[in-house]
Amino acid sequence: MTTSSRQLTHLERLEAEAIHIIREVVSEAEKPVMLYSVGKDSAVMLHLARKAFYPSPPPFPLLHVDTTWKFREMYKLRDRMAQESGMDLLVYHNPEAAEKGINPFDHGALHTDMWKTEGLKQALDKYGFDAAFGGARRDEEKSRAKERIFSFRTASHGWDPKNQRPELWNLYNARKNKGESIRVFPISNWTELDVWQYIHLNDIPIVPLYFAAERPTVERDGMLLMVDDERFPLKPGEVPVMRSIRFRTLGCYPLTGAVESAAKTLPEVIQETLLTTTSERQGRAIDKDAGGAGMEVKKQQGYF
Amino acid sequence: MTDTTTDPVYVTDALIAEDIDAYLDQHQHKTMLRFITCGSVDDGKSTLIGRLLYDSKMIFEDQLDALHADSKKVGTQGQEIDFALLVDGLAAEREQGITIDVAYRFFGTEKRKFIVADCPGHEQYTRNMFTGASTADLAVILIDARKGVLVQTRRHSYLCHLIGIRNIVLAVNKMDLVDYSQEVFDKIVADYAEFAESIGIESFVALPISGFKGDNITTISENTPWYQAPQYYGRTLVDHLETVELDTTFARAKPFRMPVQWVNRPNLYFRGFSGLIATGSIKVGDAVRVLPSGKTSTVAKIAVADNKAHLPAISDTDITTEKYLELVSGKDEAVAGESVTICFADEVDCSRGDVISIADTPPQVADQFEATVVWMNDEPLHVGRAYWLKLGTQMVSATIQHAPKYAVNVNTMEHVAVKTLELNAIGVVTITTDKPIVFEPYAENHTLGGLILIDKMTNSTVGAGMLSFSLRRAQNVHWQALDISREAHAGLKNQKPAVLWFTGLSGSGKSTIANLVEKKLHRMNRHTFLLDGDNVRHGLNKDLGFTEADRIENIRRVGEVAKLMADAGLIVITAFISPFRADREMVRSMLPSAEFFEVFIDTPLAVAEERDVKGLYKKARSGELKNFTGIDSPYEAPINPEVRIDTTGMTPDQAATLIVDTLLGDA
Repeated sequence: MTTSSRQLTHLERLEAEAIHIIREVVSEAEKPVMLYSVGKDSAVMLHLARKAFYPSPPPFPLLHVDTTWKFREMYKLRDRMAQESGMDLLVYHNPEAAEKGINPFDHGALHTDMWKTEGLKQALDKYGFDAAFGGARRDEEKSRAKERIFSFRTASHGWDPKNQRPELWNLYNARKNKGESIRVFPISNWTELDVWQYIHLNDIPIVPLYFAAERPTVERDGMLLMVDDERFPLKPGEVPVMRSIRFRTLGCYPLTGAVESAAKTLPEVIQETLLTTTSERQGRAIDKDAGGAGMEVKKQQGYF
Repeated sequence: MTDTTTDPVYVTDALIAEDIDAYLDQHQHKTMLRFITCGSVDDGKSTLIGRLLYDSKMIFEDQLDALHADSKKVGTQGQEIDFALLVDGLAAEREQGITIDVAYRFFGTEKRKFIVADCPGHEQYTRNMFTGASTADLAVILIDARKGVLVQTRRHSYLCHLIGIRNIVLAVNKMDLVDYSQEVFDKIVADYAEFAESIGIESFVALPISGFKGDNITTISENTPWYQAPQYYGRTLVDHLETVELDTTFARAKPFRMPVQWVNRPNLYFRGFSGLIATGSIKVGDAVRVLPSGKTSTVAKIAVADNKAHLPAISDTDITTEKYLELVSGKDEAVAGESVTICFADEVDCSRGDVISIADTPPQVADQFEATVVWMNDEPLHVGRAYWLKLGTQMVSATIQHAPKYAVNVNTMEHVAVKTLELNAIGVVTITTDKPIVFEPYAENHTLGGLILIDKMTNSTVGAGMLSFSLRRAQNVHWQALDISREAHAGLKNQKPAVLWFTGLSGSGKSTIANLVEKKLHRMNRHTFLLDGDNVRHGLNKDLGFTEADRIENIRRVGEVAKLMADAGLIVITAFISPFRADREMVRSMLPSAEFFEVFIDTPLAVAEERDVKGLYKKARSGELKNFTGIDSPYEAPINPEVRIDTTGMTPDQAATLIVDTLLGDA
């Protein structure tokens, strides 16, 4: 069916909107970068960037602010996708966190703060990026429902909720003063279901951990954790148990809770997602910090 | 038609469990509607949105648990679920003094995905509501059935209408609290209809609902058997939202326009222009025009990546543009709302800020407009200050040179005289841009008629505007792009084109000296033309008088004619009083800077009046002649002219020689 005889679907419109946003940033920013965390939202973002500039490769690099504690399968897919897209991949490790041996087992919240929040700021400063694409969505949680698509950060990466710009129509004001930067969220208006459906329709490669398989796990504080490598410190008497699990979100493996599942295909995963009624970010320990205002505080500190 | 006896939500739910592929197929083919809800918490706005999210299962279990707990703790609905708590970030923010913002919520039904802009309704949040309304296809205006049409109802309706929302739903809420009374409903609808007509809202759909009880939200209520919706509208709120016409459908019926965002040039064989199609549709082979240059070509390719988005692999060693284009994936036709990359059959200049249009009905190009502006910053509008103006992908410098024509009192719709626009004020102004922009009236095209104003110091978005029409007449003519350039015209004549713009009082000697200059140039084989004030006024400008406005128009026309002649390669000599500095500067700005020579024939008023060759000063002094320059109309002498001739110190021939030397010395 040609498009002239039918309405654009919601996914076609969301895709066109995201591409429009990505192109606006590339046209108006001096040195853009795409943050790439290897999760499903990142996979969609990368795909949209490739479509936006086709038949050119996207004219900006991918930046992975790494914590060294991601799942092994994430590193594998990351390197493959960078090569396939023809884009430069920058991997940044906060040298201070590395030196101090900051890790999720011993340092709790400090781990995220130093590797991710500080690491991101350092990386942006090091390369002088003035615009960074991120895959955050407004449906993720309450404080993001009112987040702008273009989010302005001070020279010290702070987010001032009182000083954000009104966004009318699809006219984005990307002007900024020296030292200031923008975080841009092209898939703000997508829901989790939209992301899954888009991956399904476009056959976008995602980390296999999203699909159920037998994996070694331990249970801690009500969370199912996967023992992904030998760095996982087992408690006395703790023995990894093989369970059929998958992940709804991906982060540092010691901080990311799995769900028991038999969903081995994308439609099965989507089906399970829709029928399971636990909101997406619950699997991540990060939101539990500082009560309900966790994300709000993180954002003001410069976390995405 | 939907079987209205079955709750559509549960049908969907069952499908997820029974046949996920069928469900995904259904979801894949959904369209999208964006709408705004207007009203305060008191009208049950949060409750309504909460109910829509709840009914479409957009609430997760953990959120629901929190909701149940909160409902008992702080809810206002006893033991029942208080839906308002679901969307209630805003009340808390108000207490904390954080900017009250637009929150976007998402839900879906079998047929559509919905994005709801949830904005605060108080007058001090007009800018927030305006922001939320700018992307909406539809507005739900909520009314508390017990209170009827209020001041805020009018304000919200006016704002929605102003920003061009074509679908208005009047949701008369809390019908349960007025015993589902038809009289109450009819009275409110009649009141609203009267008001709507007065501000130009052509049609609206009224629904009796209860967000709290769920009447006429997703299912037809048994409590309102008297309610008869027109056949072609939905009978419940959700049914209506699912079937109402989308703005993209409307936009598609318009002529093709696409603002160019980015030039895509991966290699020597491909040059494409990327953008989001604003209106209309385009096919391979269509004749297109690039604005503002006016150059035309045809569409050779509409490049769109396929789902793999793999870059074309060049294996052929003798690759050509034609072969490369075949390797690039694309489509035959694209429509409004799609992001594409268009390739032309010819090498035509085109870059960011240009607009690609269908060739035969291009948009207009102008540099002065009447616009309605909503001010969005704490710092008021500074009349005369330059702001950045962004419209589509065009970014130009713009000023509002005079106080607004009027501002609108958003509660009474009365026009009020103002000197500037403060935060949340709405006013009608004249915007002048430093160079012509491609535009269409906002009512015709939101992309080419909607603009934002940006403070040049802080870079804040300080205002939003909607262009009504262009204020300079001649601009409705489209540039005809010419293959023989102005350089080619001048080259054939072996000269550099120029405009010698004489200015000075009546009787100062302009015509005499201008004539001598032309004779000298002619003898030197220069191609010239003399435009004389009196002669032009007998022909081209015989419809103009001597009021200030007519004098400005007189000079503007002469300036345009002089520019055309300079484009033809001529040395143009003009002899007009041209008393206003701003008008001469306007002409100067039309031409390349090296081609405009302002020649000030500096004769004191007393000397000119004494000469009075045409007897005009005598008439002016006696009052017989009005608006005479130097007598009862000012002459603004040039500050820094290219040539200044003191006629009290040299003969006309000496003056002419000096002018010719200056011209050729520079030329």
